[in-house]
Amino acid sequence: MAENNRAVIKLKEKFPAAIVDMKEFRDQVTITVNKQDIVAVCQFLRDSLRYNLLTDVTAVDYLGAEKRFMVVYNLYSIPNKDRLLVKAAVDENDCVIDTVSGLWNSANWLEREVYDLFGITFANHPDLRRILMTDDWVGHPLRKDYPLQGPGREPYKGRLS
Amino acid sequence: MMAKEIMTVNMGPQHPSTHGVLRMVIELDGEVIQKITPHIGYLHRGVEKLSEHRTYHQTLPLTDRLDYLAPMSNNLGYVLAVEKLLGIEVPERAQTVRVILAELTRLKSHLVWIACHALDIGAMTVFIYAFREREKVMELYEKISGARMTSNYFRVGGLSAEVYDGFEKDVREILDTFPGYFDMYEGLLTKNTIWLQRTVGNGVISAEDAIDYGITGPALRGSGVDWDLRRDNPYCGYEKYSFKVPVGEKCDTFDRYKVRLVEMREAVSIIRQALDSLKPGPILADAPKVCYPPKEQVYNSIEGLIHHFKIASEGFPVPEGEVYQSVEAPKGELGFYIVSDGGNKPYRMRIRPPSFVNLGAIEKMAKGSMIADLVAVIGTLDIVLGEIDR
Repeated sequence: MAENNRAVIKLKEKFPAAIVDMKEFRDQVTITVNKQDIVAVCQFLRDSLRYNLLTDVTAVDYLGAEKRFMVVYNLYSIPNKDRLLVKAAVDENDCVIDTVSGLWNSANWLEREVYDLFGITFANHPDLRRILMTDDWVGHPLRKDYPLQGPGREPYKGRLS
Repeated sequence: MMAKEIMTVNMGPQHPSTHGVLRMVIELDGEVIQKITPHIGYLHRGVEKLSEHRTYHQTLPLTDRLDYLAPMSNNLGYVLAVEKLLGIEVPERAQTVRVILAELTRLKSHLVWIACHALDIGAMTVFIYAFREREKVMELYEKISGARMTSNYFRVGGLSAEVYDGFEKDVREILDTFPGYFDMYEGLLTKNTIWLQRTVGNGVISAEDAIDYGITGPALRGSGVDWDLRRDNPYCGYEKYSFKVPVGEKCDTFDRYKVRLVEMREAVSIIRQALDSLKPGPILADAPKVCYPPKEQVYNSIEGLIHHFKIASEGFPVPEGEVYQSVEAPKGELGFYIVSDGGNKPYRMRIRPPSFVNLGAIEKMAKGSMIADLVAVIGTLDIVLGEIDR
């Protein structure tokens, strides 16, 4: 159960108000926190619980949900061989979350990719530019309301429909 | 005295030593690098977006085209993630064949690495030899899957087909001959003065910095971090094999070279152990709604026909949930994060490419060195742009 996970117990003690949800699925613990606490939670996990490797930062677009985006941080502890997913919901109208690139340099490019493909802004990021699409690109391709064929083109009616 | 002047130089995207379409804008003080701004995305095909519009089986061929030098490793990461989401058990024979092919893929990928890395630094002989050996693995790929590069051989639940007659003999031939070739590469490079001058002390990154930049795989082990997903979070039955995880000490290009060479020898040892334990048995999981039924059942039974039709026309539904599964690909940690809403297509599929994150550290590794050494740093990071741009 997720409640028995060492990181979850410590986090609950330290940040009782920050944790929104936690669950375990296929032996993998996922914690959802408030977005204003993300940097503090990540710093605590890195410094006190030895989650020293930020493997991945990505996002999921839940179009139609109350808070549209979910930013997913994938933390790994090389000493403990343990993985933890930390998530934070971001509203479409206030599409900003604090950067964790001050904690891990790997977040620099990963957050740039999320900004590029989802349009989520990372506050205090040192170099927030598009990374995969060209600088003058309009729109954010991985959003669910972005058409697969790109904007202004007739949808493909073949096998993919 | 001359005034100090910074010169801006463009390198790529069409450049022989950028291993694809990588472009870098480099600021130079004389020959010394002051700043590197990489520009990527020239090969962006939107694999993550496309996968949201395709069934789970239709996404599989797209994964071949990520790290096109190691297609079977990509296939493996993807099918393991979907299997984890489905909660199905893969038969032992399929797992063992997967391990054999994943390690052959590691050999294939590392052969390209040593070939191109040596060529970039000026040792052309190794390039010709290593590509000759790589051809052996490609021939085996072709025999087993019909394609030399985009193999698409694994399936969710097992393998697409039984291995051909004589597969074991072909693999054993590779195992018997390859260690001799590795000796030859080492003979050509390890004590070669030019090679040593170009690699020792080049691209140094400490263990703390490497972890900070998220570097994984042989590049991280070259910095002395003893971590390998195959040993520490085993998948696909890797816990059954014994192998050494090499680590470097000096954190430079030469140590990463030695780490990869030991990895190639260990891959040969893993393949030998797997081949010795290979037993006859089923190659697909007992999950009729997920795996294609054998052709006799399709032709002779109503259930077989219905299952075949359903899987071909609409795929299979996957329970709601989200998983992250990573494998130790030749370049580092390759992860697939799949979110399912219960339908027959991924709601969101994120590919965590090792090359993308490793490339992020290039400025850290090459700043302050000569521009000619940047070529060695690109070679030692072993990047593939198909995976970086996706």
